[in-house]
Amino acid sequence: MENLLAGAEMLARVDVMIALLVGSVGGVIIGAIPGVGPAVAIAILLPATFSLEPIVGLTMLLGIYGSSMYGGAIPAILINTPGTAVNALTSYDGYPMTKAGQARRALSLAYSASFFGGIFGILCLILLSPVLAIIAPMFGSREIFLAALLGIILVVLAHRGQIFAAGMLAMFGIFLNTVGLDAVTYTQRYTFGLSFLSSGINLIVVVLGLFALSQAFFLLTNPDSSPDAKPVSGSLTAGFKELMQHKRVAGVASSLGVIMGMIPGVGEFTAQFMSYTYAQKSSANPDAFGKGAPDGLIASEAANNAVPAAAMIPLLALGIPGEALTAMMLSVFYVHNVIPGPQLFQNNIDLVYGLYLALILLNVVVICFLMVSTNLLTKIIRVPTRFLGVMILILSFVGVYSLRNSLTDCMLAAGFGVLGLILKRLNLPIVPIILGMVLGGIMEVKLRSALPRLKTPLDMIDRPIAMIIFAMILMVLALHLRTLIKEIRAHQTDDDHDLHDTQMR
Amino acid sequence: MSRVKTLQSLFKRYRRPGDIVFAWVVLIVAVFLLSQLLSQTQWKSGGKLFAQPRFWPGLSLILMTSFAALHLFGSALSERLEGRWREIGLWIASIEYALWFVVYAIAVPYAGYLPTTFAFAILLVLRAGYRSVRALFWAGVSAIVIVLLFKTFLQVKLPAGQIYDSLPDGLRQIMLNYF
Repeated sequence: MENLLAGAEMLARVDVMIALLVGSVGGVIIGAIPGVGPAVAIAILLPATFSLEPIVGLTMLLGIYGSSMYGGAIPAILINTPGTAVNALTSYDGYPMTKAGQARRALSLAYSASFFGGIFGILCLILLSPVLAIIAPMFGSREIFLAALLGIILVVLAHRGQIFAAGMLAMFGIFLNTVGLDAVTYTQRYTFGLSFLSSGINLIVVVLGLFALSQAFFLLTNPDSSPDAKPVSGSLTAGFKELMQHKRVAGVASSLGVIMGMIPGVGEFTAQFMSYTYAQKSSANPDAFGKGAPDGLIASEAANNAVPAAAMIPLLALGIPGEALTAMMLSVFYVHNVIPGPQLFQNNIDLVYGLYLALILLNVVVICFLMVSTNLLTKIIRVPTRFLGVMILILSFVGVYSLRNSLTDCMLAAGFGVLGLILKRLNLPIVPIILGMVLGGIMEVKLRSALPRLKTPLDMIDRPIAMIIFAMILMVLALHLRTLIKEIRAHQTDDDHDLHDTQMR
Repeated sequence: MSRVKTLQSLFKRYRRPGDIVFAWVVLIVAVFLLSQLLSQTQWKSGGKLFAQPRFWPGLSLILMTSFAALHLFGSALSERLEGRWREIGLWIASIEYALWFVVYAIAVPYAGYLPTTFAFAILLVLRAGYRSVRALFWAGVSAIVIVLLFKTFLQVKLPAGQIYDSLPDGLRQIMLNYF
């Protein structure tokens, strides 16, 4: 309670409140415009927040992160174009509802499910905090190394059907992080005699290139279009009542969001797919899914909105980001010399609780804003895509150049922008590169600091938590192998289904 | 035969035109980087393997090369898709906008943030195919708002334009500090 009050005191400032308002309202607008998304916005704003106090900067970024998915549901439902990538499943049932003349009902349900998921996630975070404060100090170098390794393995395996590409890109990210002067041995690594590479490749330059500039190039090289969403009439509060009829689905979906959000490398996509599958399998009318089932819409929105709060758990408690957006936020902590991890709960607990309360407030601000501004947002999202591309390109400059006023950074960012465009065109994932850079750096540092205490390799897992994480790594790999074997068997029957199994051996 | 088929179907996957070109390029880059491991990293005598400066670049590049080879294998086993070279043409076309970005970054320290941003917003909107006065107007307004937000209010660290030195005293100071 004392900590909660200290957190509230931290938030009770005009600048923090303005940051919260700007972040949450801005996040909704950014989320509602297809083609921008929170990653682009956070990447652009990141360097600008370095000059702000940690709580101000983090509140603004958290506002964008937590609110963008609310906004992303609007075009997903009204025009079948998800505003953010993680609203994809929302369009499965939201758009058919719009076509059936139920746009208002769909939006209202999406908002209330998002609010439910958001608040559920934060409550879990608050309830788990005392446990985290006890468990987090048990994480030493070995445990954090193993947790980061688990994150890398999960981010690769989570990209089903693209595992080789995800693995290749995650390793590229780890490699990028090693370029430059090694801080421990003072030796050059892959600098090719170029002085600008000695200081390494900055994470934010890569993030801005891969997320923001690539999006600008993507929009500018594609045909121009202007989303046309029709306004909706009537009150949007009825969804809360209807949500109560589906509280089981909302509860399970939010729980899955929390669990998936906590596991590094997994995130919204998996949470959404799992909860949607659960909702469909447990529904009395599974055939209605994809044709306008309200429980499908609820499952999707409740799950993805429960993730942001849960994603803060590994970030705050261990300093391990689970996905790209929290990886970006990690740099804000580092710039201000506030190191997330076990010590944060001992030294800066007011900041931790301040962030929890900011998350609650932003959900309230967003839901109030949406109740009165949905029709205004349907007009804002009509910005033509190429015009948007021009604006993203101009805004990206602020992000890259303000870091170190370096033209080389701009050239590198432009290069990563082209790489990002190629990855987007090929439908290959960008996130493994970012997580590879961040988690690779953590793994290198933590393994080095663990080495003096290791006499045999088995010492790596001689503590309970290290042993548990190691068991989780083995379990994840075993489960993946099992799925792979199942797939092989499934393919065998597919290929020669008219032959008896014994004839094929 | 069925085993070959199984292997093929295991590696076959959803992809888009140009995937195989990308797979080849990544593999070549990964092999090149790996071939430079001995010259671009050092081995400290007496140190443990995991603490060597060569360890992480080496490990990541070996795994990157392996994954890239498997990715290429998967791509080669999948059906050939139409439009490969058209797709690559589009990748190359995007370099034009990368150059716009770099030229913009070069111009700011000379021409100043406000004039460069304004000019580039208008020029890029024209390049993107917009010709209406409305589009040009909104491009100009957006450019001014961006400058006001980041440079004037948030005081983001951006260089003052050399061109501002030629302005009269009072105006010069304002432009140097806020625009």
